[in-house]
Amino acid sequence: MARIDLVDLAHSYGGNDAAPESFALKPVTMTWRQGGAYALLGPSGCGKTTLLNVISGIITPSRGKILFDGKDITPLSTQKRNIAQVFQFPVIYDTMTVGQNLAFPLKNRGVPKAEIDKRVAEIGRLLDLEPYLNRKATRLTADAKQKISLGRGLVRSDVAAVLFDEPLTVIDPELKWQLRSKLKALHRELDLTMIYVTHDQTEALTFADTVVVMHDGRVVQSGTPAELFDKPAHTFVGYFIGSPGMNILPAEVRGREARIDGHAITLNRSYDNLPAGAKIEIGVRPEFVEVVTSAPGLLSAKIERIDDLGRIRFARTRLGDAKLAARAPAGFTSSDGTAGLKFDPSHIHVYADSLLVEGAA
Amino acid sequence: MDKTINQKAWFLVLPVFLVVAFSAVLPLMTVVNYSMQDTFGNNQFFWNGVGWFKELLDPSTDLGGRFFASLGRNLFFSLVILAIEVPLGIVVALSMPRQGWTVAACLVILALPLLIPWNVVGTIWQIFGRPDIGLLGYTLNAMGLDYNYVSNPIDAWVTVIVMDVWHWTSLVALLCYAGLKSIPEAYYQAAQIDGASRWAVFKAIQLPKMNRVLLIAVLLRFMDSFMIYTEPFVVTGGGPGNSTTFVSIELVKIALGQFDLGKAAALSLVYNLIILIVCWIFYTVMTNAGVERKAQAEEEPAAERMPAGVLQPAMALKQKEGVA
Repeated sequence: MARIDLVDLAHSYGGNDAAPESFALKPVTMTWRQGGAYALLGPSGCGKTTLLNVISGIITPSRGKILFDGKDITPLSTQKRNIAQVFQFPVIYDTMTVGQNLAFPLKNRGVPKAEIDKRVAEIGRLLDLEPYLNRKATRLTADAKQKISLGRGLVRSDVAAVLFDEPLTVIDPELKWQLRSKLKALHRELDLTMIYVTHDQTEALTFADTVVVMHDGRVVQSGTPAELFDKPAHTFVGYFIGSPGMNILPAEVRGREARIDGHAITLNRSYDNLPAGAKIEIGVRPEFVEVVTSAPGLLSAKIERIDDLGRIRFARTRLGDAKLAARAPAGFTSSDGTAGLKFDPSHIHVYADSLLVEGAA
Repeated sequence: MDKTINQKAWFLVLPVFLVVAFSAVLPLMTVVNYSMQDTFGNNQFFWNGVGWFKELLDPSTDLGGRFFASLGRNLFFSLVILAIEVPLGIVVALSMPRQGWTVAACLVILALPLLIPWNVVGTIWQIFGRPDIGLLGYTLNAMGLDYNYVSNPIDAWVTVIVMDVWHWTSLVALLCYAGLKSIPEAYYQAAQIDGASRWAVFKAIQLPKMNRVLLIAVLLRFMDSFMIYTEPFVVTGGGPGNSTTFVSIELVKIALGQFDLGKAAALSLVYNLIILIVCWIFYTVMTNAGVERKAQAEEEPAAERMPAGVLQPAMALKQKEGVA
């Protein structure tokens, strides 16, 4: 059980002298609360697995420190860190039974036999592996194997955090739900810090209390699912979270007014302090834009198609060169392929060089 | 599954069938023919039925005695070289580098003995071991060891065994190395997290993952050593006395030395049969191991949902090696 602090942590596979831009993990300082359920979300190659491996000790970081409960453990090897990790592909020891698999980490640490048996039985019960304890582990399904991998981590009573590296990749969709709820239940029961790496936003948003979004080696935002949805700190977060993602449109913003193609849109807040020379964009989620029949005074867009998602319909439209998705209300049709766009001003965000700008009230 | 029926496809098999018939089946039949007859030269043959086979399988006769003695030597030789080459090959594979230019260097050095023709290997060791001009023989004698593979049966055996180990350990090592390389990195990382010692990693991960390549290595090395002829023939000529006369050397002595075609034919048929049986045993063991794996994946009802091949790339790879 531990709080994990990352202090100015960075890693480059090319060594410490590599160019700052080439770092797989750019300097990050953050705290993982004891008992938190975190998701590390980002596309492939964004550095999330690197960060995970740095925490587990498989990779020694080029720079910075990792603290467990305030104690610097950066130079410690993986064995000494009290970390459990579940990998993308189930790792099980083929020749052993499920029980022996679970006992392996304890046996390696010279724990007395009686103690091992007790822990194995306990973890077996917790993970619903009891009926299989005496079976060969190779004979089990992928989800059971992932549970064994997890169990090998949990069986150690001193484990500080459990790290998951896209653990559901090889699991059937139907079983994914079961296993994910099992993880959530375990998290509540054991009060463990869990860090879950994934590129699947549904997985991240359903598993975690706090989602950490990474992009290009940087942590771009860390917050609750609702925060990520309502107030993306970076255009990437807006685009990556939500389906369809946030609309990002180049605009000129002055005071309480944004101009797109010469058309003015009123904003709720005032933006007078935008940095000069920055690339200014506005971001608005498709849920907060509505297509209506074209009318004077409304920004006009060309409708390319309408996607019916069952509960809700989204119109895919085109504004000059930019694409924009917008909610299509029930009964909406367009006779000439164009539509007017109605924005909800309270949900329009302004970005300067991709970073969120807070407006004045 | 529907099977397409196309009888014309037999024509595709025909060329292979013809080649095999002329290169293997017909010569084999002439051997069967010889094994039933006796000849005193001049191309005159006399029918002998199963007489040669009876004599061959009866250790009290001269032919039977020689056959069983050489067979015993051959089996002992195979056992000894397997007992040395397999563990040694594993150790070599484990200590090989995993990346960098040294990998290529190691592979080339290991492959070198495998590329040398058998009789050249024999000649190398024949000269190397000579007490008068050979580096090894001279050095050993200079150190006070009375080493002479021409006169001392034990020295002859040691020379033949060391030569085989030198020649073929690389093969076992290369196969093991391939097996080791196919183990995903995650296994080592997981073992590290589980606090496994070097020995525990070997026992829990590396050895089980290598078992299929090891089976192939054992098969190849057993068959090769069981058929060995050239190297000991060049080095010791089967001597001193008969001490390093293996079955193949005995066979050539009978067939070409004494020109006893009938006896030699009977011997070679029995020899062939032994090899076939051993092959069959290995084949059965290997396919059974594969079937067992498949059955494991399909055994449980829930398991049917998971495509085993996709989940275990390493395992799928090894099955392919098994076929090859």
